[in-house]
Amino acid sequence: MKTLASRFGSYGVLALFVFVAVYPISRILTISLRPTDQLLSRSLAVVPDGASLDNYRVLLTETPFLRWLGNSLLVAFVVTVTGVALASTAGYALSRHRFKGRKAALSGILVTQMFPATMLLLPLYIVLIELGLINSYVGIVIIYSATALPFCVWQMKGYYDTIPASLEEAARIDGAGPWQAFYKVILPLAAPALVITALFSFMSAWNEYVVAAVVLQDTEMFTMPVGLKMFQGSMSTQWGLYAAGSLLVSLPVIALFLVLSRYLISGLTLGAVKG
Amino acid sequence: MLNAPTDAMGIEAATLATDPAPRRRFSDATRHRVFLAFLLVPTAVVVLAVVAFPFAYNVAISFSNMNIYTLRDWRLIGADQYVSVFSEPAFWAVFLKTIIWTVVNVVFHVGLGVFLAVILHQSFIKGKSAWRVLLILPWAVPQYITALTWRGMFNFEFGAVNLLTESLGGSAVSWLSDPVTAFVAAIMTNIWLGFPFMMVIALGGLQSIPGELYEAAEVDGASAWTQFRQITAPLLRPVMIPAITLGTIWTFNNINVVWLISNGGEPNDQTHILVSYVYKAAFSMYRFGWAAALSMVIFAVLFIFTQVFLNRTNATESAY
Repeated sequence: MKTLASRFGSYGVLALFVFVAVYPISRILTISLRPTDQLLSRSLAVVPDGASLDNYRVLLTETPFLRWLGNSLLVAFVVTVTGVALASTAGYALSRHRFKGRKAALSGILVTQMFPATMLLLPLYIVLIELGLINSYVGIVIIYSATALPFCVWQMKGYYDTIPASLEEAARIDGAGPWQAFYKVILPLAAPALVITALFSFMSAWNEYVVAAVVLQDTEMFTMPVGLKMFQGSMSTQWGLYAAGSLLVSLPVIALFLVLSRYLISGLTLGAVKG
Repeated sequence: MLNAPTDAMGIEAATLATDPAPRRRFSDATRHRVFLAFLLVPTAVVVLAVVAFPFAYNVAISFSNMNIYTLRDWRLIGADQYVSVFSEPAFWAVFLKTIIWTVVNVVFHVGLGVFLAVILHQSFIKGKSAWRVLLILPWAVPQYITALTWRGMFNFEFGAVNLLTESLGGSAVSWLSDPVTAFVAAIMTNIWLGFPFMMVIALGGLQSIPGELYEAAEVDGASAWTQFRQITAPLLRPVMIPAITLGTIWTFNNINVVWLISNGGEPNDQTHILVSYVYKAAFSMYRFGWAAALSMVIFAVLFIFTQVFLNRTNATESAY
């Protein structure tokens, strides 16, 4: 039924939007490759004249880049582990067990999505000062975990809801305790949801700038977003460093994203669509 | 992910009906309680520590005179801060700007997202996963990086936006030095950042629509537009409504893009939405009580919006 024109048009639209999506990212590559004497260029070529990897060398050897990368990895890793551990258990309880306050807990979790982050930031900042947690990762890890958890808990609960309860009943009849039934039978089946929870937790910690900028004050302690913003300060000469850093930081995330995006697409809809 | 709530409620209703039998499995009530506590308490503690306590604290200081001078000995002064919020000359202008910001962004996110998803979903498209991955890139690259990259692209002399405009015969625009164009620049950036997410949600929703419906429509001679209106749109609704709700909340509260594109409200604090205004008031001017009151106003606006929107759209109803 499809005419040649509509096929052609469809590919045209896709190509146009791929250009729009990819072009700004290609600019980062271009700026990072520019030699230092041509930082401000009016050229639109993707690979600039006299392209050099100098920015990458400076970044890796003369700035705290690797240190920040390590900090970010540490924070994101701890947040991911915390997020997966807490969301997988709480989501299970909310999916399988009836208890007082269950509905209140579920809707309370949704309401937290309506708080402006700034609204939490303000009292948290004051509390962190009182507790002496400014310039420490403890506060940041707790805040990031709590930010990611509401979504993750709902997501896990929705997934558990699609797993038949008869599986646990069978396990219980075979003599498994409630913990074993959960851990050995249900949890492995929820692997796709766990992957999404992990990805979401990782991304929310990896990308966060505002809280980190307020809490972390020592250059040595900076996470990637705060560190990169420093190159962006007032000096245009740091654009090259900033671009090179941005690209290096994006690579692991893009790789992670590409690997997991297949699960993500099926997982996102598993809850909602009953078909 | 965003859809989980709708579904979970449906399943919850279904399981409630058959509940008594499984409940009897747990003969040892205490053990059951310990197990439940073990599952739930850690999450409750973390979320409450970070959300509930600051919320109460925030309510308290929104009625107080707290600022940089009274940080340690603030006292309650009643609703003065709220009066001050509503009588602030810039408040209504920023509020209006926030609404424009939210509506324009969400309309484009959803419009482009669904449009691209429908095109990409057509059976004759080759290399779906490659197209999908390329289109998802704006979402995959960390937001602070792309936002700052866009700020560079809006540079008057060296930015790609002006260079492209000039090479196409247009004249350069001084994007970031004028409040209106700076705001437009922030909106363009955020549209670019947000459409892939909605596209992914819509793509997921499309996969659940049975192909026979379209075959039947083809037999009846329905046009592509009629098919979209009669089949695609109603069946995407249950997936899109929760995504639109959360997308609206996230956009309303998205400080990153406005803050990074305008470098904290430049020019001259003219480029703000409510949430960046709160940030500025609290962390540049240390007017904590005032900022807390404004935060409460934002929360109230979103809370009311969500209730009305979810009620009017019957978001919890099934499509079939």
